[in-house]
Amino acid sequence: MNHDYQYTPKNGFSKWLDKRLPLMRFADENLLSFPTPKNLNYFYTFGFILTMCLVTQIITGIVLAMHYVPNTSLAFDSIEHIMRDVNYGWLIRYMHSNGASMFFLAVFIHMFRGLYYGSYKEPREIIWILGVVIFLLMIITGFMGYVLPWGQMSFWGATVITNLVATIPVIGEPVLTLLLGGYSVDNPTLNRFFSLHYLLPFVIFGVVILHIWALHVTGNNNPTGIEVKDDKDTISFHPYYTVKDLFAYVVFLLMFCYFIFYNPNILGHPDNYIEADPMLTPAHIVPEWYLLPFYAILRAVPDKLMGVLLMFGSIVVLFFLPWLDTMKVKSARYRPLYKIFFLFFVIFCLLLGYLGAKPPEGIYLLLSRVSTIYYFAFFLVIMPILSRIEKPSPMPIGISNPAINNTSDSDGGVSGTPSYAMDSK
Amino acid sequence: MTDTNDNQDPSRRDFLYITTAVFGATGAASVAWPLIDQLNPSASVSALSSIEADISSIPEGGSMKVAWRGKPIFIRRRTKEEIELAEREDSLNLPHPEKDLDRVINKEWLVVVGVCTHLGCVPIADSGDFGGWFCPCHGSHYDISGRIRKGPAPTNLEIPPYEFVSENIIKIG
Repeated sequence: MNHDYQYTPKNGFSKWLDKRLPLMRFADENLLSFPTPKNLNYFYTFGFILTMCLVTQIITGIVLAMHYVPNTSLAFDSIEHIMRDVNYGWLIRYMHSNGASMFFLAVFIHMFRGLYYGSYKEPREIIWILGVVIFLLMIITGFMGYVLPWGQMSFWGATVITNLVATIPVIGEPVLTLLLGGYSVDNPTLNRFFSLHYLLPFVIFGVVILHIWALHVTGNNNPTGIEVKDDKDTISFHPYYTVKDLFAYVVFLLMFCYFIFYNPNILGHPDNYIEADPMLTPAHIVPEWYLLPFYAILRAVPDKLMGVLLMFGSIVVLFFLPWLDTMKVKSARYRPLYKIFFLFFVIFCLLLGYLGAKPPEGIYLLLSRVSTIYYFAFFLVIMPILSRIEKPSPMPIGISNPAINNTSDSDGGVSGTPSYAMDSK
Repeated sequence: MTDTNDNQDPSRRDFLYITTAVFGATGAASVAWPLIDQLNPSASVSALSSIEADISSIPEGGSMKVAWRGKPIFIRRRTKEEIELAEREDSLNLPHPEKDLDRVINKEWLVVVGVCTHLGCVPIADSGDFGGWFCPCHGSHYDISGRIRKGPAPTNLEIPPYEFVSENIIKIG
């Protein structure tokens, strides 16, 4: 890394400030001159995209809260008020509702990226764990946000999901009553969901800061999975990655804008434009698309408590990933077997998403079960076994040196004297 | 802090530490409890926990839906055939065995909480494979006694606490 690089304040004011609050130094070291592996591809731009998603959700959310009323008799109407009467209310609400979908789309890609290039492995375990915490908070926040419009899907989604708590033996019922503030989803529930939906994004923001802090201690992983050895392997974050991230974000925004302006309701459910009716269940209760894979796992299990445990387990298992996959080689690029199993994992995750929207019967139920088994087997069986038996394909010596490493050492951090004769940049 | 540097009696100091910690923990818990308990049903929500329903207008074979604690209650006036069917099926191998007689006060009237015991949807009356209710969410079938017969729900439809105030009035809750 750039060990000899030092931030030097240029003018009188920045010298004065640097002695008192080294804010500029902090920004310079973390945003501008931060040494970043030079071989990051576009999959690595999703961290920035996700930050922008969070900022978008917070800004539009704060504005929506100025017009929304968290009361069962007024909530649905206040959403229509936002859509029809508030200046640009339709735009802000569509940004917020579709923004949630974009947020999840980006986070899924970000996570699959980490899974493919082994970004959860030593020394980046904490980054990964904090990421899973953020993902969990996002799910809770997204779920509560979906309840606020108080449509039929809001109400019945909330009923089904909160009822999962009641499956816990003994304490389930009292805890459910405590969560709902009553005996069913009602005004107290809506009120507290609104309060927490406003709070949690700021909690997410806090964990994101820890996530980035941890990232800036170890430095980025990269597509080769080989650790950075010296400053030949890195370039400064600015302008190289600021520009790359911004370009990716603009492309991402184009897709976002397609949804906002041309198809704003395609990702939602029409039943949510019907006001909540506690006496009438819609024929089909489906969660938002980004929760469908988990919903499919829930329904794949015939036993109620087991279904709930597996659904939560599907996220909890991610916390243990760094210790389930102990293969030293990080990147799937040099893991011919893992690459294939990973591909099937992605396919089964997408399949679970499809099945979550289908009725749990016949072939759909069977496929849900097969996919659920693969999902867990991938982490609990395939990863530990591959860590033992897989023989990695030949790896280059370093990020800047494509010559094949002939030593049998399969560790990412290769020792020896690297040659930079073939340095391409 | 450590007793290498001072000659005080360690047990006296330990006593002070522990007492302070216990007082601190008690204080924290007494402040935390109101913050947790405020989440529980308020007095106004609890006050609505008992209702009366007039059942005089329900014809034989008909049913009525009333709201109790924000949940639907199914009140069904069962026909002779339906009662006979429910009692005949007592002897079958049911997922959650209960005699029909144990689920009613008056055989003619079945009063159940209209909330599927799976994940809380409202089942649809007069449908499903067993002549009772069918839950559209995840496909649970209930019979005319509100017993689970097929599907993911673990238990029979719940019976709310109720009594006949008069011939035509049921008090639920």
